[in-house]
Amino acid sequence: MFQSLTGAVELGLMYALLALGVYITFRILDFPDLTVDGSFATGGAIAAVMISHGYEAWIATLAAFAGGLAAGACTGLLHTKGKINGLLSGILMMIALYSINIRIMGKPNVSLINADTLFSPIDSVTWKYILVLAIVVFAIKLLLDAFLHTDKGLALRATGDNNRMIRSFGGNTDNATILGISLSNGLVAISGALIAQDSGFADVTMGVGMIVIGLASVIIGEAILGTRGVFWTTFAVVIGSIVYRIVLALAYRAEWLKLKSTDLKLITALIVIVALVIPTIRRHYKQKSNARKRTAELAVSARGKGGI
Amino acid sequence: MLELNHVSKLFNPGTPDEKIALIDIQLKLNPGDFVTVIGSNGAGKSTLMNIISGVLKPDLGDVKIGGTSISHLPEFQRSRWIGRVFQDPMAGTAPTMTIEENLAMAYRRGKPRGLSWGVSAARRKLFREQLQRLGLGLENRLKAKVGLLSGGERQALSLLMATFTKPDILLLDEHTAALDPARAELITRLTESIVREMKLTTLMVTHNMEQAIRLGNRLIMMDKGRIILDIPENRKRDLTVPQLLAEFERISGHKLADDRVVLG
Ligand SMILES: Nc1ncnc2c1ncn2[C@@H]1O[C@H](COP(=O)(O)OP(=O)(O)OP(=O)(O)O)[C@@H](O)[C@H]1O
Ligand SMILES: [Mg+2]
Repeated sequence: MFQSLTGAVELGLMYALLALGVYITFRILDFPDLTVDGSFATGGAIAAVMISHGYEAWIATLAAFAGGLAAGACTGLLHTKGKINGLLSGILMMIALYSINIRIMGKPNVSLINADTLFSPIDSVTWKYILVLAIVVFAIKLLLDAFLHTDKGLALRATGDNNRMIRSFGGNTDNATILGISLSNGLVAISGALIAQDSGFADVTMGVGMIVIGLASVIIGEAILGTRGVFWTTFAVVIGSIVYRIVLALAYRAEWLKLKSTDLKLITALIVIVALVIPTIRRHYKQKSNARKRTAELAVSARGKGGI
Repeated sequence: MLELNHVSKLFNPGTPDEKIALIDIQLKLNPGDFVTVIGSNGAGKSTLMNIISGVLKPDLGDVKIGGTSISHLPEFQRSRWIGRVFQDPMAGTAPTMTIEENLAMAYRRGKPRGLSWGVSAARRKLFREQLQRLGLGLENRLKAKVGLLSGGERQALSLLMATFTKPDILLLDEHTAALDPARAELITRLTESIVREMKLTTLMVTHNMEQAIRLGNRLIMMDKGRIILDIPENRKRDLTVPQLLAEFERISGHKLADDRVVLG
């Protein structure tokens, strides 16, 4: 039990970068970017290929980041300069990346068994593993927070919030959009690189459904911790990613559920659906009960005055 | 300061919906001019503002600021010279960001945006001083999200954001029209004092006739895409609302039709 929980925390931390990436596009830029499924595998592919060719693991991870940046920039360009619908831009890049990822690896998957990864030096001690991951993830989170409070970062946030306003103050919304999507996919690619190193292989299908997993983390985090400012929300997103993994781990442990590992994507989709639907339903009932209360009040006061 | 030469704009050219929005507009604003603009619905007032700010490109003609043509520049590059307040109080600010963050973005109007802190201690001090001028107590709410402010407060903030970096041209398109009379009056007063204090070259569209006469040193009347009357300061001083309406009717041949018109 304990082991599966620490495993979940580890995974949650590695996927937290994916979630932060999705947070940048979906929440900050208000841009539903589906490139993620491709760029996650791109990150894994680049890292795996480089490491298996003898490069230092951290150089390989940085290269994965660069690959993600480039993929995101392409999506951004398609959308802003090519005027292609946002969803479609992402889907086009996702499909293109499928082939590109196979090109990068030279085959559909690459094994990292016995290779020196980022985790090799700390592999055997769980608490060290978690500590190092946590430090890295929070350092990246803090860097992202800092960036979002610079002049450039403010313009990026305003682009998603009110692009007419920021243009009227000289902000180049096209560039901000490209930068945001690029940064997002860079983080996603690092996440892919970490997962590849942790699991000992990269596979061209490893990115399938990542967009929904990222979204689930964002939604769960926001639901638990709320959204007070950037600093708090990025924290919530990281926590959301960890909680998501813990929930999954618990679901798998409940034997009466008879879950198979291939049910993962279904469960994820269900979590996102529930998280999206509950607030809507709650709002609906709240409005209804408010309306009923208010009408009752009016009816009573009307009767009090002798009626209409 | 601002110059429009033979500017024309058609919407949906060559279709049954063809609409002449501006036709051969000639307009020159001298530095420090505060020009009010009135006209019927659909006269082309907003189109004129959009052409100056670069939201729309003219089909013919040229826009110059300080003697150089800016016709080829996109909207975001023109904002180096131009400050704007929109009619919609939601349009001029970013609602999920704080008051100080909004001011920080306005502070960098037309300048490169790098990796320095948006809200540094020095800037925050400046923002607080500037907000005090509004007299709304916003200087004590620097970290409040702008989405929580009332329409009037947001419009006052928009006005401050558009002006405190001293733009060469200030464009106001019915920026009080969406507010209730008391708040509209507040924003009008602020506009007047800011423009006077900073000697901003201003073009202000209004549907309030009394205001159009009272404010500024020049009044322009538009109808069907043309500037039909340009009243200089000496004549404007003694003008009354009935005279203005009569003048409009005489030149255009019809009554001033504006669904939002306020006579004063
Ligand atoms: N995007 C557009 N597409 C087609 N026609 C347009 C467009 N924008 C404006 N028009 C038309 O151009 C003409 C001028 O419009 P404009 O908005 O400049 O008028 P206005 O003087 O600002 O009027 P109002 O007092 O109602 O704000 C109108 O007939 C309008 O219907
Ligand atoms: Mg208008």
